[in-house]
Formats: sequence, structure tokens, C-alpha cells
Amino acid sequence: MRGFLLRRLLYMIPTLFLVSITTFIIIQLPPGDYLDALAADMGEAGVENTAVMEALRQQYGLGQPMYVQYFKWMKGILLEGNFGISFEKNVPVNDLIWDRLAWTFGISILTLMFIWFTALPIGIYSAVRKYSVGDYVATFFGFLGLAIPNFLLALVMMYVAFKYFGQSVGGLVSPEYLNQPWSWAKFVDLLQHIWMPIFVVGTSGAAALIRIMRANLLDELYRPYVVTARAKGMSEFQLLLRYPVRVALNPFISTIGWILPTLVSGEIIVAVVMNLPTTGPLLLRALLVQDMYLAGSMILIVSVLTVIGTLISDLLLAWVDPRIRYQ
Amino acid sequence: MTQPTPIPTEPAPLLRIAGLKTHFFTDDGVVKAVDGVDLTVEPGKTLCVLGESGCGKSIMARSILRIVDRPGRIVGGSITYRAADGRSVDLAAMSPTSAAIRQIRGSDIAMIFQEPMTSLGPIQKIGKQIVETILLHRRMSKAEAKETAIEMLNRVGIPRPRERFEAYPFELSGGMRQRAMIAMALCCQPRLLIADEPTTALDVTTQAQILDLIADLKEEFGMAVMLITHDLGVVAEVAEDVAVMYLGKVVEKGDVYSIFEEPKHPYTRALLESVPRLGVRHAGRLPAIEGMVPHPLVRPTGCPFRTRCRAFMPGICDVHQPELQRQGRTDVACFLHNPVPAHG
Amino acid sequence: MTMTQTELANAAESNIDPTPIVLGPWALVWRKFRRHRLAMVSAVVVIFIYLVAIFAEFLAPFPTDQTSVRHTFAPPQPLALFVTDADGTRFRPHVKGLKMEIDREAMRRSFAVDAERIIPVGFFVKGYEYKLLGLIPANRHFFGPLDPRDPMYLWGADRLGRDMFSRIVMGTRVSMSIGLVGVAVSLVIGVAMGGLSGYYGGWVDTLIQRFIEFIRSVPTIPLWMGLAAAIPLDWPPLRTYFVVTVIVSMIGWTSLAREVRGKFLSLRGEDFITAARLDGLTDREVILKHMVPSFSSHIIASLTLAVPLMILAETSLSFLGIGLQPPLVSWGTLLKEAQNIRSIIEAPWLLIAPGSVIVVAVLALNFLGDGLRDAADPYSN
Ligand SMILES: Nc1ncnc2c1ncn2[C@@H]1O[C@H](COP(=O)(O)OP(=O)(O)O)[C@@H](O)[C@H]1O
Ligand code: SF4
Ligand SMILES: [Mg+2]
Repeated sequence: MRGFLLRRLLYMIPTLFLVSITTFIIIQLPPGDYLDALAADMGEAGVENTAVMEALRQQYGLGQPMYVQYFKWMKGILLEGNFGISFEKNVPVNDLIWDRLAWTFGISILTLMFIWFTALPIGIYSAVRKYSVGDYVATFFGFLGLAIPNFLLALVMMYVAFKYFGQSVGGLVSPEYLNQPWSWAKFVDLLQHIWMPIFVVGTSGAAALIRIMRANLLDELYRPYVVTARAKGMSEFQLLLRYPVRVALNPFISTIGWILPTLVSGEIIVAVVMNLPTTGPLLLRALLVQDMYLAGSMILIVSVLTVIGTLISDLLLAWVDPRIRYQ
Repeated sequence: MTQPTPIPTEPAPLLRIAGLKTHFFTDDGVVKAVDGVDLTVEPGKTLCVLGESGCGKSIMARSILRIVDRPGRIVGGSITYRAADGRSVDLAAMSPTSAAIRQIRGSDIAMIFQEPMTSLGPIQKIGKQIVETILLHRRMSKAEAKETAIEMLNRVGIPRPRERFEAYPFELSGGMRQRAMIAMALCCQPRLLIADEPTTALDVTTQAQILDLIADLKEEFGMAVMLITHDLGVVAEVAEDVAVMYLGKVVEKGDVYSIFEEPKHPYTRALLESVPRLGVRHAGRLPAIEGMVPHPLVRPTGCPFRTRCRAFMPGICDVHQPELQRQGRTDVACFLHNPVPAHG
Repeated sequence: MTMTQTELANAAESNIDPTPIVLGPWALVWRKFRRHRLAMVSAVVVIFIYLVAIFAEFLAPFPTDQTSVRHTFAPPQPLALFVTDADGTRFRPHVKGLKMEIDREAMRRSFAVDAERIIPVGFFVKGYEYKLLGLIPANRHFFGPLDPRDPMYLWGADRLGRDMFSRIVMGTRVSMSIGLVGVAVSLVIGVAMGGLSGYYGGWVDTLIQRFIEFIRSVPTIPLWMGLAAAIPLDWPPLRTYFVVTVIVSMIGWTSLAREVRGKFLSLRGEDFITAARLDGLTDREVILKHMVPSFSSHIIASLTLAVPLMILAETSLSFLGIGLQPPLVSWGTLLKEAQNIRSIIEAPWLLIAPGSVIVVAVLALNFLGDGLRDAADPYSN
């Protein structure tokens, strides 16, 4: 197990390196460098501060070769946790993002649970009762879930909630709680709001997982070891849960690895539509005004956290499946 | 459909299969995997079911325990099992998910399979799988069940059983797995063990060991064994009774000496001829008999074997179906021996 | 007496149902595919949608940029084929007129369908000029109001009084073609990378596999957003279109590459390939008759399943305003008009019309791809 853990950790390093390179490229993509924009900005505001400019130029290695710039940027992040400055808001990126990142990942993890709790039983049912009415219904909704883009579903849900239930839409809490400290009432209000993004982000993932679970389980259901268990006299339900489902669960767990990135992606786009206080709207805004250090930092952190999430799911898998552990 | 049941003259058999038909209703048509099998298993005896692969041996065996997968279904016949208390039940009439059949599975009739590599749950410990079976059928505490399981592992010749109790199937060799399967099958002391080609997937030395083990355990527990095989060597070694199957039917049955000394059915003869007489155990599969087994969806009319039979009699064998009838010391289904029906 | 196999077969055939005929691999694929009724229906739908994309100008009664201040947010006018009046029922395609209502309190104009007024609709009417298939100058349209100045908003109008129906029809071309072009790009990258991986093996394989894992393990939307946002707003539409397509196809190729690699590796050892070899076929025949079909049918299935992914990606990016930009009309840019809840409440058709079209297209492509994938394995059950 320890060797396995070590190997997985080692695998992560090139991935993380690539993530940082990609992010750096994205930051560099817009024409002109960051300080040109800042200078233009300051010039407009009538501020002349060449000393500050020069210090910044030094810090980011602007004007120097790309690899130097990359190195300085990474150094700032790794050694000082300094992600740079949002030039639009003129505050350190650190002050803006962590709250929002926490919400993004909180919602993504809740969504993951939602997906699990729906996909598992439905997938099992679909496989065991293959070609039954219930299976067809599940399959149909599965396809529908995959076919409706997240943002479209979000819009439809908001429309329905507003038009037919008169619910205030958008945000995670009602406007009256926005700047209130946390209280029981605010928490309840949060629950009344948060199910919607979870549902919206989760449907396509749940749809995909139902299909995966169904296919996996169908693969397992007719294996010899199931016949053995049946021949021992176990009841269908008992043997189903103890043998084929247990085995089919493995690929199911490993899907967390790829589903987490899509959840985070989905959350970001849904957050824009529903105006949630998460990474999405801030990232979009930063990209639109080309506030590149802010945008880049968010892309970097989201990607890194996702890679870590994937690692956790791999470890979980090894913990559940002895065959992987003993490799 | 069902033949008039002959009045039993001997003590009632442990298992009597009469006119059993198990068909698969596939998209492409009905596959008649088992199409009128008649068999008996006597208490404490070993019956070998012999036949080329694809002739319905496994499906017949699974029909007994009612573990035939969909789209397969028993469509006719009876499987009469005489329980320890002397009462008879018709397994073919039970619901495959009923509690009654589940009580028989694993405790009265146990089964081991061809593929030891895949017949055990892949990610559960061996010990756990055996204990589970014990707890299903016997009143025991978990600790007692564990001791019983370890004892059983020891009995089937697994070294260091206490250690192996904690092992996963993928940590064992094929032979060891088959031993573990046997331990699991025997842990509730069944009265009938069905072994479906238990040695086919193993190397020759291991094959011999496993067969010896089964023979020993049969004596020790006084159980009956139905051993399915397509290896005549195996038959010669362990069988007391033999039933030869072809295309879902039993074409000849009798005690092993009669079958070997005086085979009547052309199929049985062909099988025996294809083996060099000297070698007792033949390592590989049956050497091919001329011709091919017909496609399961394209069954010949009349006698199922007529497409490959050297004694094929046009106008008789392709028109009438030979029934299994006693001729001398064996039962045979062939018009060379049986009277041809007058018409229809 | 020994019987040959043919004699046996003849003997068996004389009074038994016919033996199943031996089919070639493509015929097997087709036979299996035909059994999927849903996939068959979806194939028809997909073909229909692509026909709409090809003949978009002919089918769209109005130019996409034709605004009408007098008809902002006009609701859909249902199309009817018959009129019933004193003279009885006649075949006369028409839409009902629109009447304006002024809500003095809210200080707003709104429209309602005016059942009194009938706007006759004709087929093959004259309208704006266009080039059919980009070549043949034409001005006939499949249908439209007999008087081109009459309003005919089958699926309503947007904020500038533009006809949603015409815009969706034209958007079909952009969105569906992005799917195709994106898939073509993925195919090239995927087959090249997968081929390299499978052919060279060793460290090349490892490197490419790691790279694929990397792409799969990062959340795509933020990456796309980052890349797409870097497209300058003043780029010509065609260039934007192409760059967006490339960005969108960045993910698609990974699964293809894996598929190609896996297939390459596994096919060589397959039973039926060995069987074909033993039957005396040459390598060339084995590759052409057996490997390519089972190979390409898989690829076709994967490609079909990748198309909807690309369409959804384009739609999402354009919806966020960082994909295709306004003069281009795609399903995504259309939905951008429905971005806030207020416009949806006021004009639900802005959401419903393009939304349903996307869902239908994606569903059809998914069902089709699924059917193809099932059929692609002619040698499995
Ligand atoms: N699930 C199934 N569906 C259709 N046909 C089946 C199925 N399982 C077995 N069969 C058919 O039943 C026949 C007998 O199979 P089996 O009992 O496994 O033969 P064997 O004598 O080798 O054990 C074969 O012709 C096979 O095609
Ligand atoms: S009945 Fe006829 S065809 Fe069948 S085995 Fe006997 S002789 Fe051969
Ligand atoms: Mg078998």
C-alpha cells in the first residue's frame, strides 16, 4: 500500500507541472503584459508610480525570457503563497479567491454525494431488471441528463422555480440573509437554495454513472462466481450486494477521478447562470476583462485541487479493492 | 409428454430426472439445450455424465439446482429429489427464487464448477466465503463457523489453512482454488455433489489430485457425486454409473462396466473408439468424432445423432425419435436396438 | 462410409430450417444496427438536422440580421394549414397576426396573437437573396409570408425583433458543423497520437498516455474559458469559429487516441483474425476485410459520440460570451440572449426554442452513437 501511495504521488508531479505550464500559457496569452494594462489603468486614474511599477516588474521578471517569468511566478506561489495581484480590483488575488474556492469545492463534493446516492441504486436496478419498464425510464432520463447542458438545465430550473413556485432564484441565500452572520434561519435558507445547483450540476454525472454502473454490473451479473454464490443458497438480494455489486463498485469508485473535474467544470458554469458566490462568476469576469493573474490563479488552484481529488479517489479504490493494493 | 413412470423396483434413488427439458428463448430462436433427459443418481454412488462440449451437460446440472440463467427456462419434466427425511420434492416445480430451493442448494446438493479461477468471488477473502455458506445453512456462531471452515480447508489439503483463511482468491493457484471451492461445497455436508468438469482447467497432475480428493471425500461423507466430464479417462477411473449425453438427450446409460464392455449406441461406440484403449487417463479433450455437432438452433429431425451416425437408416432415423429403452444391461436410444414405431 | 461436411449440411438442410447465412462484417454491423429501433429513428433525425444545416438559407424565411423594432419580443405565431369561415374549410396555410398591447402601468409594449388577422403563408416564396450550397444564387425560400413585410414569427422574436426560427435554422449550420469539424480535428490528433502510442510503444507510449491522463484530470471548462477568452474580440468570425472549434476538440481526441491504441494492440490477438489467417487469407485481406471494419466501426461510433460533446462545449462557451461572437449565429449565442431570468420570464421562447433543438440534436446523436457502438462489435453477442 505504501509503495502504491508513493507511486501515485510521483505520478502527480508531472501532471502538476503540466497544469502550471498550461496556466502560465493562459496567463501569457492576451496581448501585452500585465503591467502595460496596469500602467494604462493607473495613467487613467492619474497616478504616476514608477517605483511601484519597477518593483512589480522585478518581482514577475517581466521583459525577461519566458522561463524566468514562469520560474518567478511559481516561486512566488510555492514559497510565499503569493498568487499575484488582481489588477481590476487592485487587491492581492489571495484576498478574493479562497472563499469562493471553498464554496466551489463544497458544492462539488455535495454533488458527488448526490450522484452516488442516486446513481448507485438506480444503476443496480437498471442492470438487474434489464429491459424492464423501470430500466427504460432510467435509461431515457439518463440520456436526457447527458443531453441537456448544465447551463440550460439551470435556466429551466430557475424559470420553473420562479414562475410556478415563486422562489427567489440565484445566489445561495435569499437577499435578506446576504450580509447576515450565520444563524439557523440562514442555514435553512441555504439548504433551500443549494439543492438546485447540486441537482443541476449532478444530473449529467448521475446519468453517466447510472449507465456505467449498469454496464459494469451487467458485466458481473453472469460471472461464474455469481452462479457459485447462488448455488450456495444465498438469496438473490444478498448475493447481489455481496458479490457483483461489490465488484462493480470498483470502476464506479475510479470514476470519481474523472467525474470530479467535470463537476468542478459544471459548477463553474452553473454558478455563472445562478449567480452563486463561487469561482465561476469571478473567473468569467476575470477572463472577460483579462485580469489574468486572478483568472490564472483560479484555474491553477481548481486544477490542482482536482488532481488531488483524483489522487484521493485512487487511494480509496486501492483501499476497497485488494487486487489493486497487492499489485 | 411425460412417459409413464416405471414402478420403482429398487430402493428409491436420491435424484430422479425424467423428461427434463430446459430451453433458451433467445432472439434468434429457441435453443433446446436440454431436451428430454432421463437420469437417476443413486445414493452414495458416482454418476459420470459424458458428452462432447455443448451437448447440454452443464445446463442439465444447473437445472437441478435451478440456477439456469435467463433466457433459459425449464419447460418440462421433473427432478425428484428424495430428502434426508424420506420425502420427495420436485425441484423442477419449485420457483428458482423460493426459500425452499435455496435451502436445498449448498446444504443438500452442492455444486462445483469448471473455472476455479473465476468461480470464487474475486475480492472477498476465501475464509469469508466459506463461513458465509456455513452460516446460511447451519446453526453456528461465527467463531464456530470459522473453525469449521479452517478444518474443511485442512481436509481438502490446503497447507497452512489458518493462514489461507485470510487469503484472496487471486493469491492462490488454480488447484488451490479448486480445493477451496470443494471445501466450500462440502462445508455443509451435502448428500449430492455435482461437479461440472472440475478438472478441465487444471494441469494433469493437479487433475489427478483433485479427482482423488473428490473420491476420498465421497467415501468419507457418504455422499453421491454427479461428475460431469468429457474425459473418458476420468470416467474409467471414478464412475460407477455412466450417462452419455448428445444434443440435450441421454442416449445411453448404465453401469460403467456395461458401457465400457458393450456400448450399444453408435455415439458411445464412437466415443470409446476414439480413445486408445491402453491409456487409462487421456490428457486432452476427446479426439474429434467425425462430423460436427449441429448448430444448436438447427436440430436434426428424428434421431439427434443421425447427421454423424455411420449406421444411419434413411426413412427411420430421420423420421422417428428413438426413446431411451432398456436393452440388456444398459438403456439406449437407438433404432439399431429399439423397435421402430409403427407409424407417425 | 464417411460423410463430408457438405453432405452433412445437405442432409441437415433437407428437412431442417435453413442454416444461418454467413454474413460479412459490414453486413453484420448493419444487421445489428437495424435492430436498434431508437438508433434508426435517431439516424433519420440526425440526417434531417444536417440537411437543415446544409439548406439553411432556403429554409429560413428571413435573414438572421433582419431586425424589426416594431416586433421586439413578439411571441410565437402558430402555423395553421386550414381556414374555416362561412365558405367552409379550405387549405390555406397561414399564421395569425400580432397586435400590440400597451401596458401603461408598466410602461411596456407587449404583443398578443390577433386571431382576427390572418397572414397567408406560401411555399417557395420569393425572399432575400442567397447562394444555395454557397454556389447557386437564389431567392426562393421553402416558405414565408406571401407579403414579405408581414410578420411571421413561428418561434417568436428576440429583443431586436429578429426571427428566432430563421436564426435557429442558421445556427444549426454553425453548431452542427462545429461538431463535425471538431470531430475531424480530434480524429486527426487522436489517430496520430493513438497510432504513435500503439506503434512505437515504450516510452513514447508512456509519454502520450501520461499526457492524456493529464488532459483528463484537469477540469476542462476553466481551461477552455482561459483559452477562449484569449481570442481577440475583433477577429473575423471565421477565424474565431475555427479557433473555438480547435479548443473544443482539445478533449475529444483523448478518448479516440486510447481507442485506436487499444484496438491496435488487442486486434492482433483476436480469435477471428487468427481464424481468418488460418482460412488462408493474406495479411492484406485480413486487414482490409476484418481488421478495418471492426476497427473503423468502433471509431465511427466514438466519433458519433464525440459530436454531441463538442456541440455542448461550443454551446456552453458561446453562452458564456467567450466562444463565438455575435455576427455568428449558433445555438450557444442564441441562448446567450436568454441569460438572465428576466428575459426568460418575458420571452420564454428565447430559452425553449433553441434549448429544445439542442436537446433533440444531442439526444439523437447520442442514441445514434450508442446504437453504432453496440453494432460495432459484429463478433460479440
Ligand atoms: N445463455 C444461453 N443462451 C443460449 N444458449 C445457451 C446458453 N447457455 C447455454 N446455451 C446452449 O446450451 C447448449 C448446452 O450448453 P452446455 O450445457 O453448457 O454444454 P456442455 O455440455 O458443454 O456443458 C449449448 O448448445 C449452448 O449453445
Ligand atoms: S437411431 Fe439411427 S441415426 Fe440414431 S444413432 Fe441409432 S442408428 Fe444412428
Ligand atoms: Mg459445460
